[in-house]
Amino acid sequence: MKKKCAERIGFALLSSAAVLVILFLGIILWDIIGNGLGVISWPFLTQSPREGMTEGGIFPAILGTFLVSLITVVFAVPLGMGAAIYLNEYALAGRMTRLTRLAIRNLSGVPSIVYGLFGVVLFVQMMKFGTSVLSAGLTLALLTLPLTITASEEALKTVPKSYREGALALGATQWYAIRTNVLPYAVPGMLTGVILGLARAAGETAPILFTGAAFFLPHLPKSLFDQFMALPYHLYILATQHHDIAKVRPIAYGTALVLLGLILLLSTSAIYFRYRYRQRMRS
Amino acid sequence: MNEIVLEEGVKKLGTRAGVQQIGSQRLKEKLIEKFFLLNGMLAILILGGIFALLFFKAYPAFQELGVIEFFGSPVWNPTSYSKAQYGILSLINSSLMVTLGALLIAIPLGVACAAFLSDIASLKMREILKPAIEILAGIPSVVVGFLGIVLVNPMISRVFGVSHGLTALNGSILLAIMSLPTIISLSEDALRAVPPSYKEASLALGASRWQTLVRVSVPSALSGIIAAIMLGMGRAIGETMTVLMATGNAPALTFNFLEAIQTMTATIAIELGEVPYNTTHYYALFVIGLVLFAMTFVVNLISDLILQKYQEGER
Repeated sequence: MKKKCAERIGFALLSSAAVLVILFLGIILWDIIGNGLGVISWPFLTQSPREGMTEGGIFPAILGTFLVSLITVVFAVPLGMGAAIYLNEYALAGRMTRLTRLAIRNLSGVPSIVYGLFGVVLFVQMMKFGTSVLSAGLTLALLTLPLTITASEEALKTVPKSYREGALALGATQWYAIRTNVLPYAVPGMLTGVILGLARAAGETAPILFTGAAFFLPHLPKSLFDQFMALPYHLYILATQHHDIAKVRPIAYGTALVLLGLILLLSTSAIYFRYRYRQRMRS
Repeated sequence: MNEIVLEEGVKKLGTRAGVQQIGSQRLKEKLIEKFFLLNGMLAILILGGIFALLFFKAYPAFQELGVIEFFGSPVWNPTSYSKAQYGILSLINSSLMVTLGALLIAIPLGVACAAFLSDIASLKMREILKPAIEILAGIPSVVVGFLGIVLVNPMISRVFGVSHGLTALNGSILLAIMSLPTIISLSEDALRAVPPSYKEASLALGASRWQTLVRVSVPSALSGIIAAIMLGMGRAIGETMTVLMATGNAPALTFNFLEAIQTMTATIAIELGEVPYNTTHYYALFVIGLVLFAMTFVVNLISDLILQKYQEGER
């Protein structure tokens, strides 16, 4: 009897832990959506901030986040795919490969602010890109690289070995086999990694703090070497640095909702793509 | 040689031009492989590059002020008019404090949730809980920090009767929520990797499912769970925006969770934007960066070693 009782109490505790975790998510979504939804309107999404950011919209921040994420993807995706192709297709099991994998796993644990420091020295100072959307995009590209490599490698792994062997047996060179018999089947899966990388890049604040994000800009960025406004940085400013924090609170909620919505949209579409892709590979 | 035929439609096999083409084909293959090799080495290059640049920028500060200046004093006041002080002990203490607080909340909750997922949850519960955890992992840190200000802040000041809730406790609660997804999903993997025969043997001997979980499953998955916790800990130490927004940012040496603190990450985030490049203060911020990098590197490495060893044991 005692045993049964202990089991019931124990399982109840575990269940309540699970409920609590869902509750956390529920509270977060409830608060942001509940307070932010009323702020969202067409002008809010398409206009610039006015009157010291107490009026108007957040369009420059949306555009800036879009731009910087685009640059991130342009640099991170080819590099990530290349590294994944090397690791999955060319690399032989050995000390060097083990070291590379260790480096990739460790890179994904490096704090984002440290990437920021690295970006300031390498891109802003040494390469003289200045604080710009290019410097910020490159910094974010390094940050998302481990993610893109891992996701691309996952995709390459799902392509059956026989596809490669068939091509090689017919006399194709290794690269020819990869190009015609592996990549076409792996690219849709790699897309998942691209989208997840985008979502990560769009939400990061610390790496762009000193590499290119601006407090407020009267005009939109015209070149890669201009500073930019970004959604997460805008939210940070509105929440902590603004002179009239109480007055801009609704705008802060609106910004948080747009940012959260964008990221949830990206990550759910990645999950959906992965699901579809896995089903197709199975059949 | 199929490729030549296919790709260029050249039918000169056996002729001199054909032989040359085969040679250039081999060269091309070699170059392509070298290109990918270089690409593969990129991760090592970046990791080494981060360490090298941090060290390179931190070195002038060590040279100018000495190592003891940084690690011998708790007073961080680089902008003082009379005498600038660069002690980072209070900053390290703050970072460790919020991390410890976060782990105290996240470990029981995370491991319990993982055990629920692996041993109790019905398929339907899993289908709700798993995506929920994935969504939780995707919430940007700046949004979590914002909620620290608008939700947790008033809650703490009401419950504990303090003037404002931007304290170490606030940071701990938020970091706990942020490290939960890592701890839950990796602990669940570890629990699922326990061979079914262990559980079956325990159940056959008359143990209840609860006893089996507590005395068989969790102990045999322990190394995996510890690795998960370490990884969550690495995340918490390095997290910037959340603690920057929610912990009040007052660099003082304290052990009171209801006081404002200032972590290493927050210090860099606040001050790097304001100091001119290549000044003593600027270099000092890279010292903090270097210490932070070293701490997370060691934590991640240990977690990685445990996981690798653990996975080898599985095979």
